Amino acid sequence: MRTNKLTPYLFLLPGCIILGAFIFYPMLQAIWMSFTDYNMITDPSFVQFDNYKQLFQDDLFWKTLTNTLIYLVGVVPALVIIPIFLAVLVNQKLKGIAFFRSAFYIPVVTSLVVAGIAWDWVYKENGLLNYVLDLLNIISEPIPWLTSTNTALFAVMVVTVWKGLGYYMIIYLAGLQSIPDSLYEAADIDGANWWQKMTRITIPMLMPFVLIVTIMSSIAAMKVFEEIYVMTGGGPLHSSETLVFYIYTEAFDRLNMGYASAAGVILFILTLVFSLINLKVMGKDNSE
Amino acid sequence: MAKQKNQAPYRKIVKKISLYILLIVVTLFMIGPFLWLLSTALKSGGENIFQYPPKLLPEEPTFKNFGTVMEVFPFWRYLFNSAVVAVLTVVLNVLFCSLAAYPLARMNFKGKNIIFVLIIATMMIPFQLLMIPVYIISLKLGLQNTYLGMVLPHVTTAFGVFLMRQAFMTVPKSLDESARMDGANSFQIWLRVLMPLVKPAMVTLTIFTFVSAWGDFLWPLIIVNDNDMYTLPLGLNMLSGTFTSDWRLIAAGAIISMIPIITIFLLLQRFFIGGAMKGAIKG
Repeated sequence: MRTNKLTPYLFLLPGCIILGAFIFYPMLQAIWMSFTDYNMITDPSFVQFDNYKQLFQDDLFWKTLTNTLIYLVGVVPALVIIPIFLAVLVNQKLKGIAFFRSAFYIPVVTSLVVAGIAWDWVYKENGLLNYVLDLLNIISEPIPWLTSTNTALFAVMVVTVWKGLGYYMIIYLAGLQSIPDSLYEAADIDGANWWQKMTRITIPMLMPFVLIVTIMSSIAAMKVFEEIYVMTGGGPLHSSETLVFYIYTEAFDRLNMGYASAAGVILFILTLVFSLINLKVMGKDNSE
Repeated sequence: MAKQKNQAPYRKIVKKISLYILLIVVTLFMIGPFLWLLSTALKSGGENIFQYPPKLLPEEPTFKNFGTVMEVFPFWRYLFNSAVVAVLTVVLNVLFCSLAAYPLARMNFKGKNIIFVLIIATMMIPFQLLMIPVYIISLKLGLQNTYLGMVLPHVTTAFGVFLMRQAFMTVPKSLDESARMDGANSFQIWLRVLMPLVKPAMVTLTIFTFVSAWGDFLWPLIIVNDNDMYTLPLGLNMLSGTFTSDWRLIAAGAIISMIPIITIFLLLQRFFIGGAMKGAIKG
C-alpha cells in the first residue's frame, strides 16, 4: 500500500496516549508506590517490602480477602447457572416475551446506588423480605439482614446476583440463538423430552458461553465494591468488607497510598489467572 | 415448534400458562424491589411506612414526596452532569477506538503486533489498582472536579479497539483499494468508506460505554468532591446519607433518578439487548 510510514501511528496516537497516561504509566507507578510509604503530604519514602509484610500480618486484610473469596464462590455459580434457565425461558416463542426480556434486564441498566437503596428497603427488619419469609413460615422472627454479621455479606451477594442475571442471560440468549434448529428437530424425531434436550443439546452447545460467563463474573466478583459501599459500608464489624473496599478505605480515607497500592497489586495478581484465560478465549475466537 | 406430535391442545395450554406464571414470578423478583420503592415514595406523611405487616399499596397515594425531594435534591443539575459525562465518554471512546482499530485491522507497519498485544493486555489490569495513581495524576493535571477528569481515564478501552478492529476486518479490502485508486487518503477511507459500514459495531460500543459511564460510581466518587459536579449516582448516594430518617424522600429521589436511564432503555431496548448479544459473541 502506498501510505506514508507515519500514517498508522497517527491513527493509533490518541488511543495510545490515553492508555499510556491512564493505564501503563499508573500501573508502573502503582507497583513502585507499593514499595513506598506515601501519604500525599510528605514525599514518598522507599520501604522495600514493608507494605507487603505488614499486609500479610494484618488480620483485616486476611478477612477482606476471605470475604472476597466467599463472594466469588457464592456469586459465580449462581451467575453461571441461573441465567441459562432464564435465557431458555425468554427464548420461548410467546406473546409479550420481549417485555419479559426487558424487565429482566432493567436491574442491569439501573445504577447500583438506586439498586442498593431499593434492596436496603427490602431488607429492613420490618420490610418486605422478612414479611414474605414470615408468610411462607420460613422464619419465625425478622432477620436484620444488613446489620447482622451473619447475614450482611450474604445479603449483598444476593443483590450482585440479582443485578447481573439479566446481563448474563443475554449472553446465553446469544448462545442459544446460535444453536441450529435442526438439532432440536432431530431430537424431537427421536422422541427426546425437555430435560434430555436441555442436557444433551442446549448445555453442551452453550459451553463456550459458560466459560465466558464464568470468567467475566469471577473477575467482577473479585472487584466488588459499590454494592458494599452503598449497602453496608463494609460492616457490621467488617463482616462484609471486601478487598477492593479495603483498598479504597486505606487509600482515600486513611491516605495510606503505598500500603493500599500493595493491596492493589495483590488484587491484580489474583485476577490475573482469570484474565489470562480470558485472553486465551478471545485469541481463539480471533484466529482466522 | 408445531412439529411436536400428539400433544393434546390442553397440554399445550397448560404449558403456556405455566410458562407465563414462571415469567411473572421472575419479573416480580427482578423489578419487585423497584415497585416496593415506588410504593413507598407514593405513601403520604400520615401513613406509617415502618408498620408490620407492610402495606404493599399506599393508602392515599400522593406525589408530594417527589415535590419535596426536588427542593433538596438538585436533580436537573445532576442529570446534566451525568449526561455530559456519558456523552463525552461515548463520543471520545467511539472516536479513539475506531481510529486505533483501523491501522490494526488494515495496515502493515512496524510494531503492529506488539501494539495490539499491549492494548489487549490493558484488559487484565484492574482499575481498582490504577485508581490510586490515576487519582494522583489527575490532581496534578488539575482534573479534580472537572468533566474531563471524570471522562479521560475511560475514553479508550481494549474492548472498544478489539470490537472495532473485528468490525473493520469484515469489510472487503477491495473497497479501500478502489477508494485509494480514486485518490482518497487513509483518513478519508476510514471516515467515508469504513465508518459507515461498521455502524452496528459502533452502536454496540456506544451502548456498552453509555451504560458503564452512566452507572459509574467508584471513579466519580474519588475524583469529585464538589456537589455541583456530582453525577446522579453520587447525588443520590449523598441524599440517602443525609436524609436517613426520611425514607419517603430517599425513595422518591431514587425513583426520580431512575427515570432517565429507564426511559432511554425502554426507547432503545432493541439496541441495548442486541448490542449486549453482539458484544457477548465478539468480546
